[in-house]
Amino acid sequence: MLRASWKSLLGRKLRLFMSAFAIILGVSFVSGSFIFTDTLSKAFDGIVNTVGEVVVRPDTASSDFDSGPTAKTVPGSLVTTLAGLPGVARADGNVTDPTTFVVSTKGKLIGGGGPPGLGLAWNDAPTATGVPPATIAQGHWPERSGEVVLDSGTADRAGYNVGDTVTLVTSGAQPKVTATLVGLAEFKGGTVGATLAFFDAKTAQQLYFEGKNEFTDVWVTGKDGSNADKLAARVQASLPKGFEAVTGKSVAKEQATGINKALSFINIFLLVFAGIALFVGSFLIINTFSILVAQRSRELAMLRALGAGRRQVTRSVLFEAFVVGLVGSTIGLGVGFLLALGIQALFARFGLDLSGSPLVFQPSTALIAYAVGMVVTMVAAYLPARRAGKMPPVAAMRDDIALPESTLHRRIWLGSVLFVIGLWNTFLGAFTPISNSAYWVGTGVFALVMAAILTSPVIGHPLIRFLGAIYRRLFGAVGLMAEQNATRNPRRTAATASALMIGLTLVSMMSVFGASAKASVDKSISENFAADYVISNAIGQPFSTTVTRDVAKVPGVAAVSPMRYLSVSINEDRGFAAAVDPVALGKAVPIEFKSGSLADLRSGTLLVSETRANEQGLTVGSKVDADVAGAKATYTVGGIYVSTAALPNSIMVTLDAADAAGVPKQDSAAFVVRQPGADPKAVEAGLEKVIADLPSVTLKNQDEFAAEQRAPIDQLLYIIYALLGLAVIIAVLGIINTLALSVIERTREIGLLRAVGLSRRQLRTMLRLESVAIALLGAVLGVVLGLAAGWALQRSLADDGIDVLSIPGGQLAVFVVLAGVVGVLAALWPGRRAARLDVLKAITTE
Amino acid sequence: MSASAAAETSAATHEPSSAPTSPVKGRPDLVRVAARVVDLHKVYGKGEAEVRALDGVSIDIARGEFTAIMGPSGSGKSTMMHCAAGLDGVTSGEVYIGDVDITRLKDKALTTLRRDRIGFVFQSFNLIPTLNAQENILLPLAIAGRKPDPAWFDTVIDTVGLRDRLSHRPSELSGGQQQRVACARALVSRPEIVFADEPTGNLDSTSGAEVLGFLRRSVDEFDQTIVMVTHDPVAAAHTDRVVFLADGHVVDEMREPTAEKILERMKRLDVRVRPDSAGA
Repeated sequence: MLRASWKSLLGRKLRLFMSAFAIILGVSFVSGSFIFTDTLSKAFDGIVNTVGEVVVRPDTASSDFDSGPTAKTVPGSLVTTLAGLPGVARADGNVTDPTTFVVSTKGKLIGGGGPPGLGLAWNDAPTATGVPPATIAQGHWPERSGEVVLDSGTADRAGYNVGDTVTLVTSGAQPKVTATLVGLAEFKGGTVGATLAFFDAKTAQQLYFEGKNEFTDVWVTGKDGSNADKLAARVQASLPKGFEAVTGKSVAKEQATGINKALSFINIFLLVFAGIALFVGSFLIINTFSILVAQRSRELAMLRALGAGRRQVTRSVLFEAFVVGLVGSTIGLGVGFLLALGIQALFARFGLDLSGSPLVFQPSTALIAYAVGMVVTMVAAYLPARRAGKMPPVAAMRDDIALPESTLHRRIWLGSVLFVIGLWNTFLGAFTPISNSAYWVGTGVFALVMAAILTSPVIGHPLIRFLGAIYRRLFGAVGLMAEQNATRNPRRTAATASALMIGLTLVSMMSVFGASAKASVDKSISENFAADYVISNAIGQPFSTTVTRDVAKVPGVAAVSPMRYLSVSINEDRGFAAAVDPVALGKAVPIEFKSGSLADLRSGTLLVSETRANEQGLTVGSKVDADVAGAKATYTVGGIYVSTAALPNSIMVTLDAADAAGVPKQDSAAFVVRQPGADPKAVEAGLEKVIADLPSVTLKNQDEFAAEQRAPIDQLLYIIYALLGLAVIIAVLGIINTLALSVIERTREIGLLRAVGLSRRQLRTMLRLESVAIALLGAVLGVVLGLAAGWALQRSLADDGIDVLSIPGGQLAVFVVLAGVVGVLAALWPGRRAARLDVLKAITTE
Repeated sequence: MSASAAAETSAATHEPSSAPTSPVKGRPDLVRVAARVVDLHKVYGKGEAEVRALDGVSIDIARGEFTAIMGPSGSGKSTMMHCAAGLDGVTSGEVYIGDVDITRLKDKALTTLRRDRIGFVFQSFNLIPTLNAQENILLPLAIAGRKPDPAWFDTVIDTVGLRDRLSHRPSELSGGQQQRVACARALVSRPEIVFADEPTGNLDSTSGAEVLGFLRRSVDEFDQTIVMVTHDPVAAAHTDRVVFLADGHVVDEMREPTAEKILERMKRLDVRVRPDSAGA
């Protein structure tokens, strides 16, 4: 029996390969994202593990990625004390600054956009493993002021050779630094996109600590054979208040946790799309197996007549699915490797260079890939397999084999229930002030999509009929036959169209959402933005406060409002916060207050956004436990404001509070207001002059600022479109597959049509029209659903600033037209096959 | 022993009114019955569209005999066979294979019964195109998970004369050879009864004669019971007994038939039936 299944598989290689293709694409995405994130994690491991045996640091400093930077330091005197402790071999003070970027010979910034630009004081402190993290490859380490050493990768990209004068920008007191490149360093395990600039300790302190003898942290190394835990305990005992001693191991662990959190986000993001691809792919598999079972109905009935049990027949079909899943998963795993290489190359373009790290292949990746591939195939094939088992044995003896078609009643009933649930959830999420609205909209839209899939054989009918009327008028009998072929097996047509529908629902939803987000940003900026200019750092890094000071001196500038972004948690709920000067901010940005006012922001108070106030139940006068960048204190809520695109943060504190918490004195952005009557050109020229030497700091007027705010939305949309493209490709394969199998199924009929005079061209037209009908059915249903979903999503996020609904009608129309084109293309190959059929042979085919 | 005792009791309860055309008269001959249908009705459709394919058919099939079921198109002969072989359900009536009333069996038991006790030969051969001749012949055993008896397999292969064709796929065989493969497949599991549905319908006369000769031999030499549905008097002439069906009724039967006698009888049948069906 197994042998029969096996042989049957081998006899239908091509058809099964088509369904395996869906599995290949889905599995390759799953395995590719795992391979990539494992590789990334391994690369970070190398960096994380370069840490001293015991680290002494201010106790508010934590390497958790979530909390912001701190300006607390370790005084130089403590380093000397530590070095003198019994059992301590040496203590080395480190200076580390994550915002020091190299400017290339062409004036471009190297790196940024994620990985840090590290400015370091060089020392030869050993890591826990006993070796210094970096080695000199050429030249010598920096010894005096005016000397710098770069990692060789960065020097290469920036076009510097040893002896050249290097330009760097920092967010320290001295925003622009020039130094002579005296050597090139190699960092163990690669830098994962970070750039390294080493100075001598004195210069580093000059740059980052205003010349004071202070350090970021201290690496303490014990004498030979010491135990890190005991050493840490002993060092801790000798430390004054405000400092802590941690083993290198636990520091590495802290950092790894933060990195893994970030990596798992990338992984989940990619896996969501892999999931969509597999979901769409399962329709392709269901259809393929349904058609294969239909074609083999006589054979299966014969097996039943010969005494094969229902289960045996079902199992034989499932066995084929098993093999398809196995082959698909194996190839998918291989393609996943290539995909991981592709993602690696893509990330390298964004500055995360992993070329130094070979791809990491964990056994669990293979396990997951096979599990996903096999389970999806087998589950999708289960329904057709069960129907195969129900084949009546008498069918083996009849010419007219009618498959046992269950009625659509159950589907319609279930679909209607899901439709109501979907509508209700979507309504709750979009139009009521329910918390977690995105969840309600998400489940609601999912239920609506499922309802559409279940009922599409019915709701698609009038659409096909409508198209059919057009076909009949334009193409006569050929059009009529195309329409009838499309309606002949409503389930099959609907399942094929559903695959495309899912892809288009998501694409149109994102398109509506993206357009709405952009329109909201524009509206918000034009309404709520009194400032004439915004100064910010192109790579999202903060810049020196000297910039803000200099800007204020430019003639014609009425006010400058600096903003410092930091992380603040209120009652354990962390959020994006800004430290501001209330007086200056009031001049730059009109803020709508629900209660209280900007004047209520003073020492000991903070302001919260309306959304946050609602979520946390805060009112003016509420006492809250706030953690401002590591400094915990009780604050009073002074006012509740409405956040906008210009002020997206949900919490505001004073600059003094940030200073007190030890947040570095660096500004994230500054709003500039022109004096009335001042010549814009002159003011702009003055401002440009201030930042001329700082390639990373840019000046934007209102329009440019709006464009900048829109840019990330577009970027995200393009990435999502590209990933959804995968689902659309699978859907197109589904159409090709269905048509190709239908052609085989109707061989005799096609032969007959050709015999009575249908030309090859007419035959191809007939198939093309059927294909276009399927594609348009999917597209129209998808766009309608996507439109509703996008609208619901926009409504549910109206409180978060996306309060304008914008429907990109042109774009949606393009989607439908493209779907029609896809239909034409999908019919090419099946059409050629049908046209090539030998008329005589076709007629006599069983 | 207990099985045959059960057969007698079970048969006894249904025996009294049984078929008037039955050649088996009285209890001692019951063991000679391989299969029987009793007052079989099969109705398709409902109301206006109702078709009575079988309207009270009763036939006994004697063990070790070659029986032909004949009748014009629409007489219900194929339906009769489908029901008798457990391929299709009945509207009312009883169908016995040996001592078992298969109309009372659930699908699972029925499947096992078909597998172990019945063999089939189809008009359109119904070989699996992806399997070679030997694999096709052994398929019923493979389904049942049984090992073939090599001596019996050899005997069957030699009888159908396919020894040098065993590794060929169906597409590489002629129609006659394909049907001989199908016959070998039906015999290899030593079923109690073989049902053949127009086995020569798709064959030329020479190939048809070969297949019929082979079926005849398996009755004579292996004591095989065969029921064949056909409309070809020449084919029916190879059998021991011909049962004639018309309009869902058994209308006649004939022993030691010849093609001429059958043709003669069929003509009368047609005359008798035609005005009737024309009127309907």
